[in-house]
Amino acid sequence: MDSPLLEARNLTKSFPGVRALQGVSLTLHRGEVLAVAGENGAGKSTLMKILAGVQLPDTGELLLEGRPAGLKSVADALARGIALIHQELNLAGNLDIAANLFLGREQRRMGLIDIARQRREARPLLEAVGLDMDPSTPVGRLGIGHQQLVEIAKALAVNARILIMDEPTSSLSSGESRTLFKVINALRSRGVSIIYISHRLGEISALADRVTVLRDGRVAGHLARDEATHGAMVRLMVGREITRLHDRQPRPPGAPELEARGLRTAAHPAHPLDFTVHAGQIVGIAGLVGAGRTEVLETLFGVTPAAGGTLRVDGRDAVPRSPQEAIAAGLALVPEDRKRQGLILDLAVRDNLNLASLRRDQRRGLVNHRKADALSRSAIESLGIRTPDCRQPVRFLSGGNQQKVVLGKWLALQPRVLLLDEPTRGIDIGAKQEIYRLIGELAARGMAILFASSEMEEILGLSDRVLVMHEGRLAGTLDRDRLQEETIMHLATGGPSADV
Amino acid sequence: MHLRKTLGISILLAVLCVVTALLSDSFLSAYNLENLIRRTSLFGIISIGVAFVIITGGIDLSVGSVICLAGCGLPWLLTTQHWPLPAALLTVLAGSACLGLFHGLLITRLRLQPFIVTLCGLLLYRGIARGFTGDQSVGFGGDFKGLRSMATGQIELPFIHGFSLPAPCVFLLVIAVLAAVFLHGTIHGRYLLALGYSEEAARYSGINTGRLTVLAYVISSTLAGFGGVLFVLDVNSAQPADFGSFYELYAIAAAVLGGCSLRGGEGTIPGVIIGAALMQVLRNMIALTTRHQNMEFAIIGAVILIGVSADELMKRWTLRRRAARALALAALPSPP
Repeated sequence: MDSPLLEARNLTKSFPGVRALQGVSLTLHRGEVLAVAGENGAGKSTLMKILAGVQLPDTGELLLEGRPAGLKSVADALARGIALIHQELNLAGNLDIAANLFLGREQRRMGLIDIARQRREARPLLEAVGLDMDPSTPVGRLGIGHQQLVEIAKALAVNARILIMDEPTSSLSSGESRTLFKVINALRSRGVSIIYISHRLGEISALADRVTVLRDGRVAGHLARDEATHGAMVRLMVGREITRLHDRQPRPPGAPELEARGLRTAAHPAHPLDFTVHAGQIVGIAGLVGAGRTEVLETLFGVTPAAGGTLRVDGRDAVPRSPQEAIAAGLALVPEDRKRQGLILDLAVRDNLNLASLRRDQRRGLVNHRKADALSRSAIESLGIRTPDCRQPVRFLSGGNQQKVVLGKWLALQPRVLLLDEPTRGIDIGAKQEIYRLIGELAARGMAILFASSEMEEILGLSDRVLVMHEGRLAGTLDRDRLQEETIMHLATGGPSADV
Repeated sequence: MHLRKTLGISILLAVLCVVTALLSDSFLSAYNLENLIRRTSLFGIISIGVAFVIITGGIDLSVGSVICLAGCGLPWLLTTQHWPLPAALLTVLAGSACLGLFHGLLITRLRLQPFIVTLCGLLLYRGIARGFTGDQSVGFGGDFKGLRSMATGQIELPFIHGFSLPAPCVFLLVIAVLAAVFLHGTIHGRYLLALGYSEEAARYSGINTGRLTVLAYVISSTLAGFGGVLFVLDVNSAQPADFGSFYELYAIAAAVLGGCSLRGGEGTIPGVIIGAALMQVLRNMIALTTRHQNMEFAIIGAVILIGVSADELMKRWTLRRRAARALALAALPSPP
């Protein structure tokens, strides 16, 4: 075999208080897709930043075609054909596609930007990524999937030989993801090498030629294509077998807790929804991005008032017009965007945990500090929140611990119905299992649980029943014995429910 | 962190007082101290009001003009329109509260930006005051001595001779205690701080963020109106063209020096009062010890800039330390 295109030898990198990488080595050959897998905090991002010249390693070396790469900056990396595509895209939404492709190295004529030439040269780049769009379209008008393709075209515009993609599908629908995979395969056959970072092990098995798994800043193992099964990757990532939640024994459901009859959301008022969640039951809402899952949960919680219909909680009529009313009726929502909607990042763990229960625990309007402290202590203990102390701002907690704080905030109120929107988004595998276990325990204690998720595994593993949504309407309801990935996808993509 | 911030600016205030006292003999004279306390009290009252708005992440630029409207309105109603005192006083204060309500509703219901709403207020209210007074100075002349003692009165202190406490100081203390209990003790104060950090997260936690935001603007305008009344009682007459002008900036500066962040969510009442005192001592120092009184704004501007820069650097340092500690903790093996 010829010498690898890119080789990293014994990279180490430390930050104050943490060793992010300890002796990491990997190789990348021409025209191959190398997947890098690992839990959050395993060192993936640090490794990628070093490969793309964003950070310098403390020790170790980087070889490009056998010679020291000498990356001191992002500009160096780009000059040598290494481009990093960030999880959060770096495009200027107000500029058009062509202007974005040439941002920072504009084609000029007599000191002015040669717009016509830029648009002309943009076309073959867009073709290479399979994007059939006019280069003069403003990027802000493109969907997130198309923006990602523009980002890849931008890397091709600087003749990148190595593309580093950080969680590229985290905000794509499954259709958009499939397009992206086609583009990746096309690039591979053109000889472009790709380093692909993802949490989604299914994608990795489908795409990657080889897999490098990181754990706690070290290489846990390298897997060839035929070795990279789901189980093998998970074993390397967590260093232990994960017990699947499929084993949860469903209990006979109790009385109906949440009954929606003809409920219409403001976003899709044409589609009345009917569903019931019983005490002790876990009901999942499946659907593609934009199917209206979040809208249903936010309507139930009164964030966006319903356009019509009735809702009964614990047998009492209640269509909440605000979160306050929803909380009074016994509902709680763990929202989709943890950092913006679920938590106040600059406030302490304790203050976040108390936020919803302050009103109940008040002493004539004054904060009841004794009760509030006791409550936060018990939540930290019972949920296993890892924090140096309860005064730590939640900003510095890991994603999983942050999510436990959001849960703790609501559990303090002992809601009858718990709504969760993407309960484990951006959380590493170990913490996911803890959240699943918690949800299972809450249901076992009789709480009614309704959750929306984009992760099929989560829908299949947790739900007693699944509501499948398609473009704002309820496309079907599946009981546990009929839960199959194919059936759910069939309904979610608009297939007729008669075929189920 | 709040405690450290308040401590920091208290030390700065103490240093400034000592330096001024060393440079000028008249700083520690009873007359100067009484004046200083009176002015600190008046500006402290309006700064507390603005602090509530700043804590929600908003801004109130209309304070100076509300002071002008209230300060011109009271003598105008009493001397020109011959209203009875209780009616005039109530109208001025309730009117100020209504202006805050108006700002708050425009901001929360129509979703206008606080800067724009209160900037328009700044122009509107001064214009109105100049209009109904015919741009003529209004005042009490020799009348209303009893009423004026609210601002000019002195309270004799036991065991201390030659120095008496200016009356506005009592108002400041009462308002400050009420404000501090509200902000730091009640659940509503906690909600106000929470919504200042993140309106969205507070709303998703079941907090009525709209109503609390309106309340903050009502507090700001009401205290500005009350401040305007005290200011005009103190100086006896008001010239509508410049009465209270720039006072919103003194108030905002005091709040920021006292630890409020314009990003919202941060601030303490003791801090704001010390911030207001710092501003007045600074002005006093410039007047007593330099011949460059025209440079007042420049010096004040520079001091505030240095103060907030030091605070920002301090904050970053603390954040970095905390982040490092959190990372070290995360690197530990998880408990079984």
